[in-house]
Amino acid sequence: MAQSNSLKACVPAYLKEAQLIKQGAEARVYRATFLGRPVVIKERFTKLYRHPEVDEKLTRRRTTQEVRSILRCRRAGINAPVVYFVDYTTHCIFLEDIVHSVSVRDHIASAQTPQHLQALVEKIGEVLAQMHDEDVIHGDLTTSNMLLVPGAEHQHIHLVLIDFGLSYISALPEDKGVDLYVLEKAFLSTHPKTETLFERLLKSYSASSKKSSAVIKKLDEVRLRGRKRSMVG
Amino acid sequence: MTVVIGFEGSANKIGVGIIRDGEVLSNPRRTYITPPGQGFLPGETAKHHRSVILTVLQEALDEAGLKSADIDCVAYTKGPGMGAPLVTVAVVARTVAQLWGKPLLGVNHCIGHIEMGRLITNAQNPTVLYVSGGNTQVIAYSERRYRIFGETIDIAVGNCLDRFARVIKISNDPSPGYNIEQMAKKGTKFIELPYTVKGMDVSFSGILSYIEDAAHKMLSTSQCTPEDLCFSLQETLFAMLVEITERAMAHCGSQEVLIVGGVGCNLRLQEMMGVMCKERGARIFATDESFCIDNGAMIAQAGWEMFRSGHITELSDSWITQRYRTDEVEVTWRD
Repeated sequence: MAQSNSLKACVPAYLKEAQLIKQGAEARVYRATFLGRPVVIKERFTKLYRHPEVDEKLTRRRTTQEVRSILRCRRAGINAPVVYFVDYTTHCIFLEDIVHSVSVRDHIASAQTPQHLQALVEKIGEVLAQMHDEDVIHGDLTTSNMLLVPGAEHQHIHLVLIDFGLSYISALPEDKGVDLYVLEKAFLSTHPKTETLFERLLKSYSASSKKSSAVIKKLDEVRLRGRKRSMVG
Repeated sequence: MTVVIGFEGSANKIGVGIIRDGEVLSNPRRTYITPPGQGFLPGETAKHHRSVILTVLQEALDEAGLKSADIDCVAYTKGPGMGAPLVTVAVVARTVAQLWGKPLLGVNHCIGHIEMGRLITNAQNPTVLYVSGGNTQVIAYSERRYRIFGETIDIAVGNCLDRFARVIKISNDPSPGYNIEQMAKKGTKFIELPYTVKGMDVSFSGILSYIEDAAHKMLSTSQCTPEDLCFSLQETLFAMLVEITERAMAHCGSQEVLIVGGVGCNLRLQEMMGVMCKERGARIFATDESFCIDNGAMIAQAGWEMFRSGHITELSDSWITQRYRTDEVEVTWRD
């Protein structure tokens, strides 16, 4: 990768050998090996556009939150990558590499008919309900942040949630409703004409959690809130 | 050659612009300015628009050196916006269209901003950040729609800035946002404010409540200056906007950003967006206040695209609407 020498000097040794695979909104993602295992390294580098105080605070908080939420999900039996190591000085997280996986986004884009996707969206609804029952708010639910591991597809769909950088812990139906609202918008704008699929996802979410009725009620409220429907100026 | 005249007056600006095949022939505008501490109310804003719209129309024609016979289509803002000002402008547009015997065309205000930005900057397929007093959206084009990937879940960023300006009585002339931008340059102390990003969405109402409450306390005890507050507010709000724009770019795999809307002419926002783009090898496109801020030419430009692809609005359908989402419009003029 193209980097100036001055920058290279402060790059940790493990990243020099790592292979950059993606630059997301707030982190660079590398592929490497760690103690003989394939890992993905997520590096929250300094964002020069924002004020140093804002940057420092967000970076530290998000690194911590990401690791905490992953642990909480995994303890509850929700698939998320294993955290192998965290370097708080360089804000790097070493995560299990989910090998041979495809993002749900790419999977939906390549599916021939929506019928093929029904079982998948039902699974997504189920996993999200389980996550919300643990009071984990993902904060950035999109189809890019869900991985699908191919295998015995029909009986068992192996879905892995990733990218918990904006996550936090909350039991409020409001926060869970917004979490679903964020997914709804990302889902429908990324995959046009999938309204019925998303409805199915919500139905499965409702069926999978006892606390869902309050959340869905909040979701309906959030949809109508503020300037989203009535936009002035 | 196709000549389109556009009428815009969805908020406190009233403008008439004329476009001939991508060339802006004229674009005069007036702004309804309220005293410090006050916002603009629909009824009074409409009254202001009524009092100047014919003068602005005459200016537009004179400056362009055109007569009514040279116009091919009359475009006006159908929405979204404030009801009373929208009606005022629509009445004039309907009247001149009938007087001149020209077809009418109702245009979505947000689409106007996007098409004007594309025309002026030549951006091909950008991720659009649309930021103004009434709107905060991150938009990308796919399958014949401008799709909204992220937006505010409560108030718009410009509304947050305007209302903060009212709290500490910053002048509305030429605009509260401009005055905040100038004051922010003199701010030195950073005051921590809430930072609320939800995926590709943002929320500003909590920040506004916080700063409304903190401003008087901190100012009366000399813990900070009004300039520090302006600086901290801008730094926080704009960091959130740049972050959601970058997230949408990463999600869509886009390498271009276009900033439109009144807040888009803020140079600090443009600078921060530029730094972000440089970090990921993307390009930034922005325009100055003449085209960022609401104007008639942007309605003419969107109207030009629509008219050329076969749209017109029948007189019986030439109503206005306060609610009109960007993604409701089928974009028939792009592949």
